[in-house]
Amino acid sequence: MERVKEQKAMREAYSDLLLEYGAQDERICIVDADLMNAASTNRFQAQFPDRAIDAGVAEANMIGVAAGLAAMGKIPFTHSFTAFASRRCCDQVTLSVAYAGRNVKMVGSDPGISAELNGGTHMSMEDVAIMRTIPGMVVFEPVDGAQLRAAFPQILAHPGPVYLRLFRKQAWSVWPENMPFQLGKGAVLREGSGVSIFASGIMAAEALEAAEQLAAEGISAEVINLHTIKPLDAELVLASTGKTGCAVTAENASILGGLGSAVMECLSEAAPCPVQRVGVQDRFGEVGDMAYLQEALGLRATDIVQAARKAISQKH
Amino acid sequence: MDSRTKEQLQNHAQEIRRLTISSIGKLSAGHIGGSVDLCELLAVLYHHVMRIDPERPDWKERDRFVLSKGHGGPAVYAALATRGYFPMEELDTLNRPGTHLPSHCDMLRTRGIDMTTGSLGQGFSCAVGMAIGAKLDRLPSYIYTCIGDGESQEGQVWEAAMLAGSRRLDNLIAFTDYNKMQIDGYIEQVNGLEPLDAKWRAFRWHVQAVDGHDIAAIAHAIDNAQKIKGRPSMILLNTVKGKGCDFAENRLGSHNMKGITEEMWRGAVEALRVGQV
Repeated sequence: MERVKEQKAMREAYSDLLLEYGAQDERICIVDADLMNAASTNRFQAQFPDRAIDAGVAEANMIGVAAGLAAMGKIPFTHSFTAFASRRCCDQVTLSVAYAGRNVKMVGSDPGISAELNGGTHMSMEDVAIMRTIPGMVVFEPVDGAQLRAAFPQILAHPGPVYLRLFRKQAWSVWPENMPFQLGKGAVLREGSGVSIFASGIMAAEALEAAEQLAAEGISAEVINLHTIKPLDAELVLASTGKTGCAVTAENASILGGLGSAVMECLSEAAPCPVQRVGVQDRFGEVGDMAYLQEALGLRATDIVQAARKAISQKH
Repeated sequence: MDSRTKEQLQNHAQEIRRLTISSIGKLSAGHIGGSVDLCELLAVLYHHVMRIDPERPDWKERDRFVLSKGHGGPAVYAALATRGYFPMEELDTLNRPGTHLPSHCDMLRTRGIDMTTGSLGQGFSCAVGMAIGAKLDRLPSYIYTCIGDGESQEGQVWEAAMLAGSRRLDNLIAFTDYNKMQIDGYIEQVNGLEPLDAKWRAFRWHVQAVDGHDIAAIAHAIDNAQKIKGRPSMILLNTVKGKGCDFAENRLGSHNMKGITEEMWRGAVEALRVGQV
């Protein structure tokens, strides 16, 4: 299967959605921390200047201001790079937003290795774990712009906080345009019987490629996109591993506390089976382009293939 | 302010103070020092200044109050009860299992609380966001907020202060409960704030300083603040921590007192009743 990149960068897809829905719904506003250009939300600012608040380089205040706007009935979308959207303002997200029950949508861009040349300081491997442990938080990581478009109205309609982990550049096209989408429900991208591969974000494309490679070895892999990491679609995870008997998780984040942990927690409590986690192995990032970083941190299709072989070998 | 209004508000302040002391006293522990020193401010806000309706706590055009120093919650609950938001008896549930009145303010639990606070610095940011939101909807609402002096050591306070000044939020009127004490000692010994008025001016705020226990002075300062256009207002309230509670007043240990006996709190309430404090 030939990989094709989407024509539009995901930040443009996101910006389009803000403009489209912002025109219909005056409650929508954006609160940024000096990265409007990076998220292309300066287009929203040009169209709706009153509803675009730039807090400057002050992420904690950005979240507090958004919570205050939400208390006045607005639906604010905040944005910064994942590192600053999560660990920099973890307490504000926890208390002013989640504990206070405020309807704030929080976008973290450049997840994991996709910070590329910004390097290790800007690579949040831990943001998924941080957000996942906050009660009431929905954690969503789209695979591409098409999926983001399908998800956006549901994110908007959800009456509580959502953390949207946004790859900013052109993503590999993964999500079929007419595929039904449901927030909180995983999606089977490829059916199989020998191993379940659960992937989110940019790792979904790698998982599909891994499935092709495994097929060449005579292994039938099921590829499931868990775009919503919280709440986890436990039903689908259990149904798939009930059939395949083992699993691989693949995420562009730390294997500690993220998608891999969520799947393992689900399986070990309900129906234990071998699970191998592909993801960042409890280390920091570094500068590099995507190809280099995928290799250096073990986030390639071939890493998923190896993990699948190992998981299969652990089956009873 | 006429003398009759002043006397009424003073009576409200003392009632709020008695209720605060008794609700904390019955538990034998709590944040008494930084609660009772707010009583004059709360009387002026909830019984004189704020456009609110206890029958409609979600009324969109109401004024809001955010107690960013959320540990003063017990005094706000007493003020809300005296204003009719819930029955007085509910004050005795403070911090009891299943209560609607937790130590720190919680908008999801307590009728009349406009923002959840407790982690210092955060409520102030939220108040700035609320002021921006009120302007977006062209509401006549004022957003009132009170921070602590110790709280003013939080960086987030100054992030929010900068944005409020930059955006000229003249519908935001803030107070600093400046009792000069924090948990670890005197403010100036721990991490000094002075010159505090100059700091707020430097952040483009209109600044006033008044006796935080003088009802007429507080009301007058708020009236001034409402007339200022193009700038948010900070009113520094020179207060005495533990004010009006004989076992807590002006004591460093009054922040979160333990071992309050029935004799102590009843004595303090009685002293207020006969006007000895």
